[in-house]
Amino acid sequence: MFGETTYLDNSATTRLDERVLEAMQPYFFETYAVATSEFGYSLGIEAREALDAARGVLAARLGAAPEELVFTSGSTESSNLALKGVALALGGKKGRHLVTTRIEDFPVLNTARALERQGFEVTWLDVDGDGLVDPDAVRAALRQDTILLSVQHANQEIGTVQDIDAIAKIAYDAHVLLHTDATHTFTRLPIDVSGSGAAASAGAGAGEEGETSPESGADLGIGRREGAPGPDLVTISAHTIHGPRGVGALYVRDRTPIRKWMDGGFQEYDLRAGVEDIPGAVGFAAAAGLVTPKENERLRALRDRLLDCALGEIPHTTLNGHRTRRTPQNANVTFHFVEGESITLQLDMRGFAVSTGSACFSKSLEASHVISGIGGDHERAHGSVRFSFGRFNSMEDVDNVIEAAAEVVAQLRAISPLAPKD
Amino acid sequence: MTKFPYNEIVLEHFKHPHNVGEIEEADGKAIEGSPACGDMVSVTIKVDPDKNTIDDIKFQSYGCASNIATGSIITDLARGKTLDEAKKVSWKDASEELGGLPPIKAHCSVLAVEGLRAAIRDYEERNGLVTEREPTTLKTIEKRLKHVMNPLMGLDIVRTDLVKSVSFEGGIVKVVVDLDESHQFAQAIKNDIAEKIEPLWDVELVEVEFTG
Repeated sequence: MFGETTYLDNSATTRLDERVLEAMQPYFFETYAVATSEFGYSLGIEAREALDAARGVLAARLGAAPEELVFTSGSTESSNLALKGVALALGGKKGRHLVTTRIEDFPVLNTARALERQGFEVTWLDVDGDGLVDPDAVRAALRQDTILLSVQHANQEIGTVQDIDAIAKIAYDAHVLLHTDATHTFTRLPIDVSGSGAAASAGAGAGEEGETSPESGADLGIGRREGAPGPDLVTISAHTIHGPRGVGALYVRDRTPIRKWMDGGFQEYDLRAGVEDIPGAVGFAAAAGLVTPKENERLRALRDRLLDCALGEIPHTTLNGHRTRRTPQNANVTFHFVEGESITLQLDMRGFAVSTGSACFSKSLEASHVISGIGGDHERAHGSVRFSFGRFNSMEDVDNVIEAAAEVVAQLRAISPLAPKD
Repeated sequence: MTKFPYNEIVLEHFKHPHNVGEIEEADGKAIEGSPACGDMVSVTIKVDPDKNTIDDIKFQSYGCASNIATGSIITDLARGKTLDEAKKVSWKDASEELGGLPPIKAHCSVLAVEGLRAAIRDYEERNGLVTEREPTTLKTIEKRLKHVMNPLMGLDIVRTDLVKSVSFEGGIVKVVVDLDESHQFAQAIKNDIAEKIEPLWDVELVEVEFTG
């Protein structure tokens, strides 16, 4: 039964690509030494070289220098390092004020809350009905004592993509550092932090195919104009792009004031203590290398088909998030008059794995803070379902899940006291 | 092996719920919960006035799997019982009959039990059968406030610390809610509080105040 599951929860995590595992394997069994200095023994030097090569690949994908990339255990740690690291470096100097949005994923959301409890002040920016932050509100929130602005590149639930270029310009002009959580966009949308303007023509990262049409996602990327300032800190992760779990990185622009918050050894430019995960780093680089503009186009087609069918064929269905400013892999809709956990369970019994923002589905019994952030009431979160696509999904999967969803929703509406009687 | 979050009995009732629908010209009916806040259940009953038994019972659910399964089992359990017997059917009975529900889901599934009791109460009130009139206490009020949802959290307003104070004097209940009056859910919460407290026989007026 598990083998037959159509997995459509790729924004939660993805299935590892076999080619990634293959690339990682030698670093478990052959080159398993720690990365030594260049004066260490040969097995350690080989490990060091593998780590540096992986770092080089990922940094290049961001338009960054290799020494600007710090490997971590994933997005959670990367964002903790960004927020706590800057707070440690500047909290006693420039000020104790941070600015972020209400719809960030938990790593930023709860790290900002933790800093609040420690006496930092946080301004929480509202978003509009599509999930977009108003650049004017960002400008108005920044102060003399603001040490960090953190705005996600794309949302984890509704897929809405922020205009990070516009926000970076505002932060730059106000002399405030900018962090962006790019967990759901790295390699899926072009990101270039160098200021060369490469993102405008680089397509979704690989660079071999020039893409300029709005549909290509180039206009959603970071670093679209030459000479424009970019973010100072970027969180990225491997497991959302068919790489290994437990591996991520933080881009840290050269000379950014930041201090490590987890004490230990001097690894990763003295920003992240602990023995380096070399198979993980190698796997992350391999995974990034496998994402092509062509694949992103394919995911966009799956997403668009799902949205067109769900909104067009299933009555009383509304879109969550922006229609065009969204990541290629994310579709999120609310089926009104029915509850999300009932839908996901019914779909599960038919072999589809999807997720919902309903309170009943969550461990905390709290409805999605993202749906309430976009002004949705509990009812909108209650029936919200996220379909997120990956490399191993096909157009057939979309057609099948739409057929099943239409059936399930109709069945549940038949027993709902709210559904309009036909 | 596929692992589902519920046991087979629950899944069966979820997939094929019994007694679904709405009885036309019902003798008693009730709606528990509210769509603005979370799960919702409606229960309608038909009563045999001579035997005082539940002749027919139907439910509808806007809720999760445990809510639907509980609605299904609770209507099975109540059918044919006298009103007094049916009133005693508890969430625990339903859970046992279903082979066990996850405790974290008590909140969603207890609504169906409340729906059943409220439908019986509705029948009794309509037919002048309500005899016991206990005076309202702060405890009764708090108990009812636990059924008012905080839409921001999907949990009740007592548990989420939105209720700042409650008083009851001379038939007037005053509830102070720790929320700005202009908040998007302030009005919904106010209406919900009034709806839950007003039916108490010795309450004449419900006042809801906001701190902001």
